[in-house]
Amino acid sequence: MERKADVVVIGAGPAGLAAGVAAADQGASVLILERDERAGGILRQCIHNGFGLHYFGEELTGPEYAARFIEQAEKRGAGMGRSSASFGAAGQSPATIEILSDTMALSLSPERIVTAVNGRDGEITVRAGAVVLAMGCRERTRGALGIAGTRPAGIYTAGAAQRLVNLEGYLPGRELVILGSGDIGLIMARRMTWEGASVKMVCELMPYSSGLNRNIVQCVRDYDIPLYFSTTVTRVHGRERVEGVTIADVDENRRPIPETERFVSCDTLLLSVGLLPENELTRGAGAEIDPVTGGAVVDERRQTSLPGVFACGNALQVHDLVDHVSREAETAGRYAAEFAASKTLLQSSRGADRLNMGKTRVIGSGGTRYVVPQIISESPSETVDLFFRVGEVFKPARLTVTSGGNIIASRRKRVMTPGEMENITIRTDQINGEINVHTQADAQ
Amino acid sequence: METRTGMEMKTEIKTSPDRKREFVCIVCPVGCSLIIDGEGESPRVSGNQCKRGEVYGKQEYLRPMRMVTSSVAVDGGAQPLCSVKTEREIDKAKIFEAIEAIRSMRVRAPVEIGQTIAQDIAGTGVRLIATTADAGRSHTA
Amino acid sequence: MECDVLIIGGGVIGCAIARELTRYNLSIAMAEAKDDVSAGASRANSAIVHAGYDAKPGSAMARLNVLGNDMYQNMCEELSVPFERIGSLVLAFGREEEKELERLLEQGVQNGVKNMELISLRRALELEPQLSREATGALWAPSAGITSPYQLTIALYENARANGLNAYFNAPVTSIAFESGGFSAMAGNNVIRASYIVNAAGIYADDIARLIGDDSFTISPRKGEYILMDHETADIRRVLFRVPSEFGKGVLVAPTVDRNAFVGPTAKDILDKDDTSTTYDGMRELRELGSRVVPSLDFRAQITAFSGLRAISSTGDFILRESGRSNRFIHAAGISSPGLTAAPAIAKEIAALLNERGLPIEPNAKFNPRRAAIERFADMTPQRRAAAIKENPQYGHVICRCETVTEAEIAQAVHRGARTLDGVKRRVRAGMGRCQGGFCAPRVMEIIARETGMPMETITKNGGASRLLIGKTR
Repeated sequence: MERKADVVVIGAGPAGLAAGVAAADQGASVLILERDERAGGILRQCIHNGFGLHYFGEELTGPEYAARFIEQAEKRGAGMGRSSASFGAAGQSPATIEILSDTMALSLSPERIVTAVNGRDGEITVRAGAVVLAMGCRERTRGALGIAGTRPAGIYTAGAAQRLVNLEGYLPGRELVILGSGDIGLIMARRMTWEGASVKMVCELMPYSSGLNRNIVQCVRDYDIPLYFSTTVTRVHGRERVEGVTIADVDENRRPIPETERFVSCDTLLLSVGLLPENELTRGAGAEIDPVTGGAVVDERRQTSLPGVFACGNALQVHDLVDHVSREAETAGRYAAEFAASKTLLQSSRGADRLNMGKTRVIGSGGTRYVVPQIISESPSETVDLFFRVGEVFKPARLTVTSGGNIIASRRKRVMTPGEMENITIRTDQINGEINVHTQADAQ
Repeated sequence: METRTGMEMKTEIKTSPDRKREFVCIVCPVGCSLIIDGEGESPRVSGNQCKRGEVYGKQEYLRPMRMVTSSVAVDGGAQPLCSVKTEREIDKAKIFEAIEAIRSMRVRAPVEIGQTIAQDIAGTGVRLIATTADAGRSHTA
Repeated sequence: MECDVLIIGGGVIGCAIARELTRYNLSIAMAEAKDDVSAGASRANSAIVHAGYDAKPGSAMARLNVLGNDMYQNMCEELSVPFERIGSLVLAFGREEEKELERLLEQGVQNGVKNMELISLRRALELEPQLSREATGALWAPSAGITSPYQLTIALYENARANGLNAYFNAPVTSIAFESGGFSAMAGNNVIRASYIVNAAGIYADDIARLIGDDSFTISPRKGEYILMDHETADIRRVLFRVPSEFGKGVLVAPTVDRNAFVGPTAKDILDKDDTSTTYDGMRELRELGSRVVPSLDFRAQITAFSGLRAISSTGDFILRESGRSNRFIHAAGISSPGLTAAPAIAKEIAALLNERGLPIEPNAKFNPRRAAIERFADMTPQRRAAAIKENPQYGHVICRCETVTEAEIAQAVHRGARTLDGVKRRVRAGMGRCQGGFCAPRVMEIIARETGMPMETITKNGGASRLLIGKTR
């Protein structure tokens, strides 16, 4: 089946929904491809509260947050996506959103031809005016970590366990050790406790948690679950089902100290040890990838190195707050719609050259691990928000942004932690060469 | 460079006989160690660096409150479970009672977001409401 | 149950023998201790079809390696199993090691390996651009190849079953009694009477021999650890060995037929026949040795690590003979490397041995050597995809997103006998990719449950007590 759409969005999670709505509001016809049977993405299983304070000014659960965007999409025509009714006259249809669920995007070409498949329509080829990549992320696994030992049943990533418990009603284990004290690990400690399991401990490789203080208190401390810092799991035991793990303290280079090894009996090991942006389609299309974020290199419009291909959400960079995802996705969606509407014009006049004009590189230094966007093109707006993360805890921190060697922004922060995505706004009229976001410790 | 934030958090929350209690402030990432010197309804908070910390410390000392989020079984639903939450925070001491009650509840599809699942969860006077919609099995192809 | 031949063990050797024997008008049974075929060494090895220069001239290993290698192309075509004759390079680093290459070349010639040559680094780099520039020369053996050992084992089993094999799973053989004209074996809950027994029990072959009082050999486990990398992280084109030295014996870097690069195996003699755990030391060793051969290997792309146990025989060679206790009890034991390569030749040899010991064999006119693979969506052309989805909409439903495996393939794997996550994984690759089943495992379990009627909570990772779920929460 062949189709056309002004904007094709890959993924109907929080990023894809917000991008789709924003694109439709610019008058674009939008087709969202979703591999799951429902829209909402990871938020569907995040049934805890804590979402939306920034975006909606109120605290919502994950499904509620998602529902607000699904509702926005539905208002713009998205039926609950199981049909693939035709799209109206190509080019002049009113702004609409269609969500194709149970549909897996298989490939993306630099010319923005997306192939996807589902059981209703078979293989679908969509010519897209612009594409927004919003595939989200996946979890780092035990295999990738290289934890030694046996390979029994009972080793789950926290997200996989969360889905089983919260959406499907299955209990993956009774006695757990959790490795990783990011928010997902902490939240699963409470969830499993509430579901009647016993969480023996949460181990954290680093000397600090990347989770929110609120989650440390309300998910772990409230239930007297020990949280051990600078501690890791060195070995898995049990032939068929997990029977226990060996844990050990780690030295300052994060290497396990053999003398500190001790056995902890458990039937389940939950891993919450990092999220990796999913970018197989992005790579396949040949877009430049930032080795630090694992996502595409983008400009302030969230356009990748491929003209008309945009990226947002956790596929672009792993976010801490979904509120930021929504904002970022709106930027991507809006510019995707603009690209789709103007590309004919562009190609006939200035063509692709425009994309290479006036590019300013954005880098990080000092404690700054990365900055998104990595490039500023010719920004139409007066200000640009730079998002970044630090690699270690600074308490307090001094943040300095330079462009062409001149300081264009500076700020002191009481604390900066790797778990939090930071942002700083710069004025585009001050840009005068490479932009550097520098983080360092500040005097107490 | 300072990387010991976490280690500080490792300090256990102490309940000392002299009415003093220590909390990690959860209001922001700074994570101040709050010391609450309590007497009656007007405990003194120290260690905070902002007003919000003081408010949190008092609340946590006098009457710790928590949201409960969970899920209930759905009959005739398109999905086996429907997520729920307490409409507002409930007494921390009531959490497990609430969880127990939720575990045995069933709801019949269709379910709307915000729909009351229980009028008064665990005697707290707080409603339990649905946070996911489920149109029911017949509504999905 | 009565049969002419009982094969003990459902690894690649047992299944190859089973398939070979179904070419004749015989009743054949196979008893496998675990819940599926390919549960032991056949699921965790290097997947190399060796050229044959490695084994000592005159040994069964040398002879059957070269014979087996010759048979691979045809066998894999008949069974729709991947096989690619990509050739192997043995790398030398320095003059001393180059001498060893000359020795290997000469040994290979003696063993009957064809088309080998000593080549310069420049030539080697043409064959494999990722090689370390520090290598000084190489032995090129174009007849070496790669296959999928578990897919081959499964295919051999499926073909044997289609031709009349009776297979018993969860059926460890715990006792064997002599009876007139044969044996009576206790296999799990089954009593199997057989005129002949073939002992293909892999690492447990010595334990099986002892059941009839034969202690003429022992089998000891030698652990080999592996690191598997994500697709296209290192585009390795050949099987890359190093000259055996103190820096590790036999650690190789190679592509799999599914385009994952891997490094392994380590070699550690252990005592516990069930110890397939991985170790930090092993993984560190592999990273070091792998990087020496291919400096561009990026271990951040590691998907998983695993280990397998080679069955090292006390005789130093394959044990393919009758037992001293009974000439109706034939050993196919001590099959370590190059056992996978030799498997089809070993099967022929065992059939001939049985015939010599009086097993009457006449061709089975109904024998069909062909077995069709489960058609992979990922490999289909767009036209074929359209047709397949029209015929079966489940082909349009991708379950394993990392490896693009559809519901149709998983359902077929279940119909062909997979009952566990690992069983599905080995048949259709669901869960074998970079997320290691994080996303698809529960979906795969649902399909197993739906297709078999098993409750979700009873589904296991790989049989026994490897249950994945403890129960329901509501």
